[in-house]
Amino acid sequence: MATLEFGLDFWDPIVCVIAFLVLIAVAYLLRSRGQKKYKKGTVQTQIFLSGEEPPDVEQRHIKAHNIYWGFFQALKGYYDPTIKAHTGIINDYIIWFAAIAAITAVILFIVG
Amino acid sequence: MTQGAPFNVPFLAVAALIGIAFYIILSQRNLIKLVMGLGIMASGVNLFLVTLGYREGGVAPIYTHAPIERMVLPVPQALTLTSIVIAVATLALMLSMVVHIYRHTGSIDSEESRTMKG
Amino acid sequence: MDKLITHSPILIIAIPLLAAFLTPLISRANQKARDVLVITTLAFAEFLVIILARDICANGIHIYTLGASSPTLTIPEQYMVPVRIILEVDAMSIFMCIIWATVSLAAAIYSLSSMKEETGRDRFYTLLLLMVGGTFGMMLTGDLFNLFVFLEISSIAGGALAAFRTRFADALEGGLKYIIISTVGALMVLFAIGIFYAQYNLLNIAALAQVIQYTMLDKIALTLLVTAFAMKTGVVPLHMWFPDTYTVAPASITAMLVISSHACMYLLFRICFSLYGVTLNMATVGWIIIILGVLSMFVGVTMAVPQTDIKRLMSYHAISQIGYMWLGVGVGLAVLGNPEALATYGREAISGGIFHILNHAVYKPLLFLTAGALFYRTGTRDLNRMGGLGHSMKLTSIFFIIGTLSISGVPPLNGFASKFMIYESVYRFNPILAVIAMLVSIITLASFTKAFQSAFMGPELSAYKGVKEVPKSMIIGMGIPAAGIIFFSLFPGLIVDWIVHPAADALINQATYINAVMGG
Repeated sequence: MATLEFGLDFWDPIVCVIAFLVLIAVAYLLRSRGQKKYKKGTVQTQIFLSGEEPPDVEQRHIKAHNIYWGFFQALKGYYDPTIKAHTGIINDYIIWFAAIAAITAVILFIVG
Repeated sequence: MTQGAPFNVPFLAVAALIGIAFYIILSQRNLIKLVMGLGIMASGVNLFLVTLGYREGGVAPIYTHAPIERMVLPVPQALTLTSIVIAVATLALMLSMVVHIYRHTGSIDSEESRTMKG
Repeated sequence: MDKLITHSPILIIAIPLLAAFLTPLISRANQKARDVLVITTLAFAEFLVIILARDICANGIHIYTLGASSPTLTIPEQYMVPVRIILEVDAMSIFMCIIWATVSLAAAIYSLSSMKEETGRDRFYTLLLLMVGGTFGMMLTGDLFNLFVFLEISSIAGGALAAFRTRFADALEGGLKYIIISTVGALMVLFAIGIFYAQYNLLNIAALAQVIQYTMLDKIALTLLVTAFAMKTGVVPLHMWFPDTYTVAPASITAMLVISSHACMYLLFRICFSLYGVTLNMATVGWIIIILGVLSMFVGVTMAVPQTDIKRLMSYHAISQIGYMWLGVGVGLAVLGNPEALATYGREAISGGIFHILNHAVYKPLLFLTAGALFYRTGTRDLNRMGGLGHSMKLTSIFFIIGTLSISGVPPLNGFASKFMIYESVYRFNPILAVIAMLVSIITLASFTKAFQSAFMGPELSAYKGVKEVPKSMIIGMGIPAAGIIFFSLFPGLIVDWIVHPAADALINQATYINAVMGG
């Protein structure tokens, strides 16, 4: 009932969930053997930045436009023309419609 | 249709109307002109629907007390009426949105009044 | 009860339309009565859809002829072709109707709280019920001009709803773009319908499918229909209006507009499979659909990663997931003429695409509703300004995690089940497409991780100190799709056997579709 079959391959989510539960149980067992004696509220539970002062709360959170900076630098050749193509002008949207209709018509007349 | 006019003139008119309408929509930046272009395209498609029903020498498709002759097709005329009504509603809605955009951004140019891109 | 089942196709369309006209009258008397009317109407429509679905499972295609002495009298006495408007409901239509009924019910319950501070809520619910009735009409119809009328009804109502919050300038711009795109698309669809009528004198899809030959004019009509429906669905490169509109609409409306654009995709499949069927050059049209699908997947997800507006990010992901559906069904269409390939992987490809529609329709509204919940509490959609909301909005963050894992195709959730079917079947058709699909999945997970980290993780910011969880009806509105996700994740085999395979078979078997109307 829960299985999806495809030829000789299959996908069974119940088996996957049981496997996850077993792994979580193992992880919990390993964690419960950890260090239990620590003093809350002292320097043992604070953020450690190699001795530096952690910045205050507003500056600590990484802003969304800074995430994945390296990814964007690497794919600059793809991203610059693509983002420029998304102009936001309604006339350009209809130009794309006319272009794709023309190309599809040419393909269907020649091949199909 | 008179004797001298070729049969295809309305279809050429349809092609001209839709072509002019596409040119307006593709090139005019003024939003009011864009809406006018959409109105012209609607007129072109409606003319196409009425024209495709024409049968040569046909009379109006009124069934009661009809002379025994060929009638033009009535179904496309019904489709055209529906389409005209829909076009009226759509144009009214678009124009009211253009008025609101002018009040907010002070411009009805499609490039200057845009706030979203990318 | 039998009478209810027989007349259910027209009741499913007519009851929301009737309630739409009653809503302004009742709101003058009492606001709460109007809310009750809206929810009751949508719940009754869902009930009708479910009993019709059970009847179709048992008895096959369900025909309803409007205006005839008996609902199954498709061809009257002296005629040889159907002359009335016929609603033809097969497994694929009722599949889309089940999705639409459930999502609109969840979105309407959600909007009871999320639109509380807006004025003009009677107009909002009128337009919502009009859009519900219009989209049901699109999904149930068997007649081409009826298709055009309901397409326009749902576009106009959807555009007005997208521009509902007229105090924001970008809402109006999004609504105007939606209406302009819909009008151009619908006029091209009307032109194609005119071409069909001019050649064959028929408007009924089944009757037309019996006599259609693939002439030059039919090719022009196919081009116009494919491009117009592609633009309405939001595939690349015709997708640019999609993020603009779906960002600015109220969250519940965005959830509904996504399914409304899937209805246009359903109409495209209906035309390619049931109207043209075997007369098409299946390899060509199939490859056109595959290439549009792959472009949508890739460009959609890569444009989603740099976005900083959370709903714009989710709209680009919707474009990307639509690409998966086009890829799956396109592969099925490309091998439709090849019976051996169709039996081995073509049917599974179409089933994977259709199952992906179902899965998308549960996790995408959930994600949009969580974005709406964030907007409701913080007043902003900008991810640069949010942070640390997971401390106070715990339920919203759990729903967001479920939606993220589902859309990225992470096992054991339901996104993986449909992507599994697509990967397996598309790999046997052409391995490169499957590799691109898997790559897109990974980038999907990457961009949603970015959104989750920006909005929910991190320390609590002082700007959001007093933020609480969202009201109960919004939690219920988010809970309905989340319950659907959990159910579809645990029992995908059940869903595929009972709902998806019959829908795929209904698309593949054009002969059954024609015979139900033309009487064999």
